[in-house]
Amino acid sequence: MKKFMSAFCLGILLLFIYLPIMLLAVYSFTTSPQLGSIREFSLQNYVTLFTTADLRNMIIGTFALALGSALIATILGTLGAIGAFYSGKLSKRVINAMNQIPVVNADVVTGFSICIFLIVVLNIGKETYIPLVAGHVVLSAPFVFLSVVPKLKQMDGSIYEAALDMGATPLTALVKVVIPQIFSGIMSGFMMAVTISLDDYFVATYTKPATFDTISTYVVNATKGAQTDIKTALWALSTVIFVVVVLAVLSMNMAGRKGKTDEKMD
Amino acid sequence: MVFKIARKHLCIPYVLFLLLFVIAPVIVILYYAFTNGEGQFTVANFLGFFTSGNTVGTLLYSLFIALIVTCVCVLLAYPVAYILSKMMGRKRSTLLLLFIIPMWINFTLRLTALKEVLSVIEGNLAYHPFLNTVIGQTYDFLPFMILPIYTTLCKIDKSYVEAASDLGASPAEVFFKVTLPLSMPGIISGIMMVFLPAMTNYVILDMMYNSTYIMGSLIGGYFSAYNWNQGSMISIVLLAIICVATLFTNKFTDGEEAADRGAVL
Repeated sequence: MKKFMSAFCLGILLLFIYLPIMLLAVYSFTTSPQLGSIREFSLQNYVTLFTTADLRNMIIGTFALALGSALIATILGTLGAIGAFYSGKLSKRVINAMNQIPVVNADVVTGFSICIFLIVVLNIGKETYIPLVAGHVVLSAPFVFLSVVPKLKQMDGSIYEAALDMGATPLTALVKVVIPQIFSGIMSGFMMAVTISLDDYFVATYTKPATFDTISTYVVNATKGAQTDIKTALWALSTVIFVVVVLAVLSMNMAGRKGKTDEKMD
Repeated sequence: MVFKIARKHLCIPYVLFLLLFVIAPVIVILYYAFTNGEGQFTVANFLGFFTSGNTVGTLLYSLFIALIVTCVCVLLAYPVAYILSKMMGRKRSTLLLLFIIPMWINFTLRLTALKEVLSVIEGNLAYHPFLNTVIGQTYDFLPFMILPIYTTLCKIDKSYVEAASDLGASPAEVFFKVTLPLSMPGIISGIMMVFLPAMTNYVILDMMYNSTYIMGSLIGGYFSAYNWNQGSMISIVLLAIICVATLFTNKFTDGEEAADRGAVL
């Protein structure tokens, strides 16, 4: 009975989470303009999605922004975490506190304040993409920092000293000894940075160039418009992203599991 | 004398970055919040916020929505996290993944899906703006509540639970006197992840045809009207709320939960 209650409880919530996504996926393969009326099978939405220049540019732009800003965020956040780890107590606390601001702050406030500072005060044009990229790095770099710090704490510090004793330069020791030991933290930080950028609406809407759209800003504008073919093409986009996310999560999970068993065998 | 670069100097680029893009913008909005259009110092924006019925109403409405959504999220997330934490092995990790996969799908796309389903059920979304806002925000924020509670529940030392039942506590007593108090840090960091976005994420309200303003919509409105001073004032009010909440919750958590989002990767 208890088991049944548990399964029921999980089942209802999973239904709440996945029913909308699944229904949209089914209807994305039809010509139907809304849920409820199944018409005939069609790949039209997918054709529209990949052939309309607007949609294609928006998708490419979103991913270019996500990967680019995540790369910058990963480099800055990792260096920051390593530096802070070897700094004195006071500077460590100051860096941690500054790092925490974008984490706890509301995205609206982050986006608004960056926009006011860079665009209104410093007069940097939105068309340079500098405010947009800076904004996304602000959102994601603190999470890279937070995912690298625990790995540094777990690291065996004596290996670095040993490398120096054996004649490695500090740079070589850093690249060949420290980085490999914290690499899993850097990678999960990078992945987080990508997803944060992909999920962002507020920073993008305050800092993006007028002609550039991310998935979020595009979807929000499209829901205000009445263009049915664009609306249903977005169903196809939602389905594609869902499938990609599931595949990525599954493969990463498999890789992680394999890594763990490999470690055990060593 | 040659200046030697030590490992601690590696953080200089990041510190400069934070100063330029995090600290400076906050100082700038502080300046704008306490000046008028001509750049003269004034507390009019500040007084205006707390004396206008409109803005105080918006603040209260935001707090009310955030309170409801946070409660709904805790009530839904806790049982899920609890059941998952009791499971074993592969089943547990697969189910956990199922619950947090939505975090990796763009929230506007997920809301579009939810919106289509709700309009089939309700006929017209505009009839229930408040209900739809709560459903939409819960749909968006639920994984961020499940994950920290789950992590904390898994960390609880099982011997406490065993000791309590060995000493004669009933299952209900064990839960309310041992498990629940020990999982408070997870609940609190979940609340931190949900409450503030619920006060500010006005896109969800827009998409659900809820035309009532929340704090985030005020910033958006002032931004569109090029009113930097009033917009900054709202941001400062939100920052103040965050500061109070952070100081309050620092007593319970050590900030490590913020990294939970990536812990599963």
